[in-house]
Amino acid sequence: MTATLTTAARSDAAAADHVIPRHRRSSTRKRAGSIAAGLAAIVVFAVSVFPVYWMVNTSFQPNSQVRGTQLHFWPDNGTLENYETIIFDYGRAPFIPALLNSLQITLITVVVALVFAFLAALAVSRFRFRSRAGFIITILIVQMIPAEAMIIATFRLIDGWNLLNSIIGLSAVYIATVLPFTIWTLRGFVNGVPAELEEAAMIDGLSRSQAFWRITFPLLAPGLVATGVFAFIQAWNEFVFALVLNPRPEAMTLPVWLRTFLDPNGGTNWAHLMAGSTLVAIPVVIFFLIVQSRMTSGLVAGAVKG
Amino acid sequence: MSTVKTGLGPTPSAVDGERILTPPPPKRRRRSLQSGGFTPYALLVPSLIVLAAITGWPLVQLVIMSFQRFGREQVFGAPPEFIGFGNYLDVLTDDEFWQVLARSLIFAAVCVVVTMVLGVFVALLMHRLGAVLRTLVSIGLLLAWAMPPLSATIVWGWIFDTQYGVLNNVLTQWFGLDFEGHSWLIDPLSFFFVATIIIVWGAVPFVVFTVYAGLTQVPDEVLEAAQLDGAGGTKRFFLVVVPYIRSILLIVTILQVIWDLRVFTQIYALQSIGGLAEQTNTLGVYIYRVSLGSGDFGAGGAISVIVVLLLVAISIFYVRRSIKEEDL
Repeated sequence: MTATLTTAARSDAAAADHVIPRHRRSSTRKRAGSIAAGLAAIVVFAVSVFPVYWMVNTSFQPNSQVRGTQLHFWPDNGTLENYETIIFDYGRAPFIPALLNSLQITLITVVVALVFAFLAALAVSRFRFRSRAGFIITILIVQMIPAEAMIIATFRLIDGWNLLNSIIGLSAVYIATVLPFTIWTLRGFVNGVPAELEEAAMIDGLSRSQAFWRITFPLLAPGLVATGVFAFIQAWNEFVFALVLNPRPEAMTLPVWLRTFLDPNGGTNWAHLMAGSTLVAIPVVIFFLIVQSRMTSGLVAGAVKG
Repeated sequence: MSTVKTGLGPTPSAVDGERILTPPPPKRRRRSLQSGGFTPYALLVPSLIVLAAITGWPLVQLVIMSFQRFGREQVFGAPPEFIGFGNYLDVLTDDEFWQVLARSLIFAAVCVVVTMVLGVFVALLMHRLGAVLRTLVSIGLLLAWAMPPLSATIVWGWIFDTQYGVLNNVLTQWFGLDFEGHSWLIDPLSFFFVATIIIVWGAVPFVVFTVYAGLTQVPDEVLEAAQLDGAGGTKRFFLVVVPYIRSILLIVTILQVIWDLRVFTQIYALQSIGGLAEQTNTLGVYIYRVSLGSGDFGAGGAISVIVVLLLVAISIFYVRRSIKEEDL
């Protein structure tokens, strides 16, 4: 019924195009509309980009200039001094150990979470078993529990294991944090590879594991990369647990290190802080741009089209 | 291996070793799942252990702790004392809790509404634009989306800085307004104005890209037909486009509600930049301050349990929707 309606409307539209000459008024109106759209697009672009641009711009200026009344929209007198200072001059907390901590914790989180989640995703999307529905529901609900609600209990748990201010402790917490999301996303990717492919390969004489590693796994690689990058970004940006579990300067991760530059009494060195913010943001921005197209579909996978 | 490609249709039943693979029922696209015996459980073990030990066990502890008097002495080994619903009574009769809850709900509601309206608007805009401008807008949005929340908050804090911030400077020097030395964070309402900008700025790109993806599914013919029937832009949007993207809008809204209710990093960092913590706490920050700041872990636990219940109640909607799609 709808189909016939649309085709009818379509032929009408075609006919209308031929018969009725374009109104002049509507065409000027159209042009005004597209100019407005173009202007709106430029405003959206400017508002989106301005903070990022302003961060980078400030990070290359000497603090004396930043603290002037003169606005500098381009880093004239550009300097790398801010970067040198925050990287090599140990202030309240050193940069290099924080960077190494962040790298190690993120790497452990990504690798372990991917392996565990991959196995679980296989179980959920390739096998039928009794508590399958229960498991999926649990995963979805656990994802919604806010980290802030868990900080006290998690603090006591990690303290009980004597793992406060350690790489292992924070990594373990991050693995548990990213696991539900990772399983859910990978499940979507595994679903996307039809089991029939594997079966066909098995008919051609491959064993089950051969069929999996040679046929299914290569098809899943992009999904694994995308999910891994997402886990990376979450672990790299995480702030609450890092703040509570690893407060010592030598055990800090980068976000907590960045916070040490904030001074609520107005003594904040903004030039240094912007250099630090840029350093923390660079890896995330790079990775993000690599996988962005997959992330939209990942985040709403199952929710929108399954 | 040409069989692989042709085998994608309804597969013929085939003998593999001892096992007979049954074909999926014709015309229904349901995946054929194997029963696999013990294998699925073995595959789940690593994840289950991690989730049970690091999420499940502390969650149980949290609930227990919320029924105990649990202060600093208990952290250092004194045995906790069970006080029934004492903590809950304390929390629920505390004016500050209700203030924080109301503040969080209003703040989240404002953020969600502004984010969704702007997001849908920009998505419609992108749908209209030519290739060049659309790419430009996408690049801008991607940059905003990619910024870590903490870096973003700090940068906005710098833009709004009292003494040297670019906003005060521009308002004073270019527009001749008296914003010299104006503090944007000291007044709670103004503080949340800044916080809303930060959160909306970071959240809009996700909404735009998701809704834009949905808009590309709306068939042009239907829109043309509506136009010929005399429906104006607004009418076409609400009567034709919205029904097509309703499920996307719904799921994105729910996710925004959940994310905005549990916001921590932005508020906490903004409080560190300047701003009165007592008047600007939201639920997440409040839990942090009550338990780790004042050392009242019992009350903190009770608030945590309340927040978890609240969020799980909201997310049940999302879960039900996801499961429906999942065909369980």
